[in-house]
Amino acid sequence: MLFTRKCLSNYHKMNAIVISAVWGVVMMFSGVFSKSNAVIRSVAILGLLGLTVVNVLDMGGLQLFDIDVKGMMKPDIFGLLFHTIALASTLVYFLLSGKDMEKVGVNVAEYYALIFFVLTGIGIVSVFNSLLMLFLGIEIISIPLYILTGADKRNLKSNEASLKYFLMGSFSTGLMLMGITLIYGVKGSFNMEAIHIGDGNLTPMMTAGLLLLLFSMAFKVSAAPFHFWTPDVYDGAPTVFTSFMATIVKAASFIAFIRLFEGSFGGVQPQWQLLVAIITAATLFIGNITAVFQQSVKRMLAYSSIAQAGFMMFALVAMNNTAKEGLIYYAAAYSLSTIGIFAVLLKMKDYTFEGFNGLAKHQPVLAATNTIFLLSLAGIPATAGFWAKFYMLSAAIDNGNVMWLVIVGVLCAAISVYYYFRVIQAMYFKEGDAQEIEISGSFKGMLIGIAAVVVILGIFPQWLINQLYSFIYL
Amino acid sequence: MIPVLLIVIPLVSGLLAFLVKQEKSAKSWSLFSSMATMVIAILGMAFLNKGAWLETNVPWLPELGSSFAVKMDGMSQLLCLLTGVAFPGIFIATWHATYRNAHNFHALMLLTQAGLMGVFVAADALVFYFFWELALIPAYFLCSIWGGERRIAVTFKFFIYTFLGSLFMLIGIIWVYFHTADHSFSIQSFYAANLPGKHQGWVFWMMFLAFAVKIPIFPFHTWQPDTYEQSPTAVTMVLSGVMVKMGVFGILRWLIPIVPVGAWAWGDTVSSLCVVGMIYASLVAIQQDDLKKLIAYSSIAHMGLMGLAIFVTSTIGIQGVLIQMFNHGINIIGLWIVVELIERQLGTRKISELGGLAQKAPTLAILLVVIALANVALPLTNAFVGEFMMFTGVFGSQATKYSEVFMVIGGISIILSAVYTLNMIQRVFFGNTNNLTVAAKDIRFNEKLVLVVLVVGIIAMGVYPKPMIEATKQAVDVIYSKMFVKLP
Repeated sequence: MLFTRKCLSNYHKMNAIVISAVWGVVMMFSGVFSKSNAVIRSVAILGLLGLTVVNVLDMGGLQLFDIDVKGMMKPDIFGLLFHTIALASTLVYFLLSGKDMEKVGVNVAEYYALIFFVLTGIGIVSVFNSLLMLFLGIEIISIPLYILTGADKRNLKSNEASLKYFLMGSFSTGLMLMGITLIYGVKGSFNMEAIHIGDGNLTPMMTAGLLLLLFSMAFKVSAAPFHFWTPDVYDGAPTVFTSFMATIVKAASFIAFIRLFEGSFGGVQPQWQLLVAIITAATLFIGNITAVFQQSVKRMLAYSSIAQAGFMMFALVAMNNTAKEGLIYYAAAYSLSTIGIFAVLLKMKDYTFEGFNGLAKHQPVLAATNTIFLLSLAGIPATAGFWAKFYMLSAAIDNGNVMWLVIVGVLCAAISVYYYFRVIQAMYFKEGDAQEIEISGSFKGMLIGIAAVVVILGIFPQWLINQLYSFIYL
Repeated sequence: MIPVLLIVIPLVSGLLAFLVKQEKSAKSWSLFSSMATMVIAILGMAFLNKGAWLETNVPWLPELGSSFAVKMDGMSQLLCLLTGVAFPGIFIATWHATYRNAHNFHALMLLTQAGLMGVFVAADALVFYFFWELALIPAYFLCSIWGGERRIAVTFKFFIYTFLGSLFMLIGIIWVYFHTADHSFSIQSFYAANLPGKHQGWVFWMMFLAFAVKIPIFPFHTWQPDTYEQSPTAVTMVLSGVMVKMGVFGILRWLIPIVPVGAWAWGDTVSSLCVVGMIYASLVAIQQDDLKKLIAYSSIAHMGLMGLAIFVTSTIGIQGVLIQMFNHGINIIGLWIVVELIERQLGTRKISELGGLAQKAPTLAILLVVIALANVALPLTNAFVGEFMMFTGVFGSQATKYSEVFMVIGGISIILSAVYTLNMIQRVFFGNTNNLTVAAKDIRFNEKLVLVVLVVGIIAMGVYPKPMIEATKQAVDVIYSKMFVKLP
């Protein structure tokens, strides 16, 4: 076990959530006071840095202000660690791809503002203790994303993606609300502890509520058969926002998913385990098989995110401590690698596999770091991705009921090698014309830094967690 | 100390080699590094073979019960020696080969060596798995960048095969981990796990798949001939000389002692696959016109015999396997060197286009004949000792009812191996020269040096195999005693 779970209910974690909402407003006004993109970017990075520090201090019990949340949120190590990782990943994302955001359109300040609002939502879903807060959190995440997807407003594909995402997203939110209503009808409370108590046998109404919640959450994490929106939305959205949606947001939805199902329905897990296992297997299978046939790297990454979601679903199937710790680790490993790949992809003009031909010759640093990220996604040892898969497989094997799912997972992991390695093959083994790519030294430095973190995490997986963990005892 | 050095020297020098830009200095650097590794391996085998020198245990992931534990016993010593000797030999023999970006080539070669060494000394299942995969990645890049025309597809097949096998092994490892008493990945805990008999069967297959692909055992062999053919010869030497031994080593160290019941229950099945593979590979080898493919199939046949000798369960057979792992490595590297020389000089590997080389290159012919005879296991060559012991083991085995059948069919494959080897010698080296071979020259000093050393080794170990038997005796006893563990 990487770390043991510890409940920190004696104080309330609101600081980062409040500050990120406030900073979102600050970002909106920064666009009024400054026309310089560099200034706006600096304000955003500073704000995020501050947020991360505040959150880490919060983990140590040092708070700027204290608000009574009446038990609607319940911070525990699990949620706090995840929120810190999400903030840190977003910081990395800002530093790597911030400049590319400015190429999408003129409203740079608004993009940053919307991302800060999304972070508010992520903060809420990682510590919620009431179904109402879950609903609020998910909506606060989703609505800015609908806008960001359509940010490239003169592009038809971007508009289509935005509309599609909005319609499908609203529909699934509707499902979620109906589920919450039914459960409220049975239990008379939104509080997860109240729902959890005495749910030994599922009444039909409770079952209906559970299923509705399951389906709506499966939609949010793009698990099959609720994944159809994902490739179109990820492909249509401006690449720089796809990067954010496919990593940090997706991981946050998973945290909400497992929090909800452990908190509310953990007691009847044997009754829904098989259903979730089947969804997991289908997600793995569809994500991996479809990714094999893609011609565009961006679309491949969209399917890859479905496939990786399948692996994260293992945590839900197994639902033990290994699984939850593994999920946090998975979120960090997957986000870092995918943000890195998207950052490289953003520099390319041609998104097809052929566009990567011969990259190693012209841009050795880009190719080498990209290779490390791809190896990490494929789960090769000595990269962070290996431990992510290791924990998920361990959790499922430890659970013992779902050995067939482990076999499916392993087969799919082998399939995933096929499409990840196609990029490596294009970069290293094929000849191609150089795309004219302009890359600054600092960008290269950042990429090398992230690749180094991926490798260090791959060799000493406990390092990150221990570092974060040490703050708890400040 | 010694096992750590064996990993660290090639690892660090390999990473440094990426920075050496000149071809000559990259070659010298890698030769120097591999020589140093060889000296350490010899020291570990012959002089510093006492407890503390051969063991290191550093905490790595205490939360998971895994530590960076490396340890050498007789089997590790022998295989490290093989790895240590093979690399300088390969570097010297291919000294005149030219590669694009030679520094990258040599760096990846050294990284492969680090991975191999790690596999052979690991005393912790996670460490073993790490190195098992890490040996594969540089090999993948080596074959894919510097290989032949069809290299990308062929190497990819090789990679997917082995990667899938390894993932199944990972499942097995994690399952055993959860069934150890103290939740630890160390080899002692794994050996003490005493797994329930009804589960051993499938755990056996999970882990066996990884090893079977690597060896390769029929029907998991389909990646092998193509990969050997398409890889640059220096890499083929590593793959066939050393890397396939990872599979045999894995079975002996990580499979049979952990799931003895599963191994016993499925022993006859695996043995049958092995003998089928031996006959099949020998028959295919007879048909081959390409020298590389011929040797590739011959290797499948020889490795099949090792698998057979392990799974019929006998002390002398396992002893023979350990010795033969080393000998086969030496012999097949010798064969590849000859192929490489012929191909580089004449630009072809087709047997039908060659002939009469003995007139033009007498030294090469003499050396090749000795190595080829060792490949057929003629008495007084090293392979005879190993194969004789393995066959004795197969014939005398009490653990299987079909030992005579296995013996007879296995014996036929030895006859077949004489057919294709002698046929190859005859058609390549004797007969009349043709337009192509009339211009052939004899071999250069460096190549002669490596081949002479190999030939001397082949004969020395064939005449006096005692030191090797002594060195591996204890390891054999450990493995054999684990094969008959009592069920809970």
